[in-house]
Amino acid sequence: MSEFASGSLTGKNLHLSFGSNHVLRGIDLHVETGTTASVIGPSGSGKSTLLRVMNRLIEPDQGDILLDGRSVLKDNPDELRQRIGMVFQQFNLFPHKTVVENVALALRKLRKLPKDQARAEALEQLDLVGLKHKADSRPANLSGGQQQRVAIARALAMKPEVMFFDEATSALDPELVKGVLALMADLAKGGMTMVVVTHEMGFSRNVSDTVTFMDGGVVVESGPPEQIFTGPRTERLQGFLSDVL
Amino acid sequence: MDFAQFLDTFFNWEAMAQVIPSLLTVGLPNTLILAVLSGIIGCVLGMLLAIMAIARNAVLRWISRVYTDIFRGLPAVVTILIISIGLGPVVKDITGSSNPYPLGIMALSLMAAAYIGEIFRSGIQSVEKGQLEASRALGFSYGSSMRLVVVPQGIRRVLPALVNQFIALIKDSSLIYFLGLLASQREIFRIGNDATANSGNLSPLVAAALLYLLLTIPLTHLVNYIDNRLRTGRPEKKQPDDAAALIGKGAQP
Repeated sequence: MSEFASGSLTGKNLHLSFGSNHVLRGIDLHVETGTTASVIGPSGSGKSTLLRVMNRLIEPDQGDILLDGRSVLKDNPDELRQRIGMVFQQFNLFPHKTVVENVALALRKLRKLPKDQARAEALEQLDLVGLKHKADSRPANLSGGQQQRVAIARALAMKPEVMFFDEATSALDPELVKGVLALMADLAKGGMTMVVVTHEMGFSRNVSDTVTFMDGGVVVESGPPEQIFTGPRTERLQGFLSDVL
Repeated sequence: MDFAQFLDTFFNWEAMAQVIPSLLTVGLPNTLILAVLSGIIGCVLGMLLAIMAIARNAVLRWISRVYTDIFRGLPAVVTILIISIGLGPVVKDITGSSNPYPLGIMALSLMAAAYIGEIFRSGIQSVEKGQLEASRALGFSYGSSMRLVVVPQGIRRVLPALVNQFIALIKDSSLIYFLGLLASQREIFRIGNDATANSGNLSPLVAAALLYLLLTIPLTHLVNYIDNRLRTGRPEKKQPDDAAALIGKGAQP
């Protein structure tokens, strides 16, 4: 039984170009409800761009995006993004607001909750990531790991159906990575549908249900973690794995 | 020029004492009205110009650019005269009033808007792209993201420049003496200047100068204070457990 009202997510034949730079060349990605898909690949392979196209921060040139089996390309993109939480490499907390205000902002302005109720819900989310005691601090006074946990709480507060993680631990000091990865693993176990772009091969291998390897704007190989990590079939994946492992 | 003559020319106490009451009761309020009103209107118009300057719509960007180039590029006196003499008859036709004072405020506001618009634009553009992205990712529209997340941060970063602009407005407000105002509409400079013209002694003008410094020097120090505060951040209130942690650290060998 899932703790979250998750949904499935599908990208079909997604294309995107910036001028003559063809960044995504027909990507297919399917994430079953309550499962975690990790996306790995060398930098510049289009992983982060894929996330931004799937929540329509960038509109795809071609292809379709399905949330729970229904195309969302015609929906209001702002409403779509309320259903998909996103966590960034650089945390991107709002520095002019306190920690609890960061989490409560969307609750107040988008879900139109009264101020005290939004704060109560935000505190609850902060408690889940173990940072309730930092509620009234400024983000700048938190460690990177704490900031990222607040960013996760901020995204979770909107009760998203899917969570995106864009290299969420890449900007963290090594000793802080573990805590954030553990939190992400908890979410995965709790039944959240997640797409995780990561350089953490351990996480990809142990936590995710499927692994997608991207290179040069295409999906080169995808499958269950054992298959990807122990029996890579393409030379490009074999080369990538020997570089990073 | 011997020292007594010097004192008499610049610091003749009697000549100053004569002009000080009207400096304080007429000049000071008028200068403040001119500076504050044109500062507020300038900020509102300036924010509009800044938002237009970063809009995706090329026409809006172009309008903002042309406006800023013109009003920043002209000497203040020229703008004030063109606006008041040019628009004076139009305003008189519409309202029946030939009072040049509002036109002076308008001219000052339009010029201030061009400078303040550039200040706001640079502030807004200095906010990291990730802030807009994070806000959009939460589901906020472009407009809400700018209003709630990007613009408030941008304004904070340019507060010192904004106060500088306000200091410039206090000084520039003296330029509307060109408009031929009523006695009750005269600002600090005009009152000092009139008294100097009548008496042939510079002391009233020096008194006016001192009054300007009384207004602007505290503001310059406010700039330094804000600047310092922005750089070092607000002193964080100690949480009880932070204090305990410090004590705990001290207890370690």
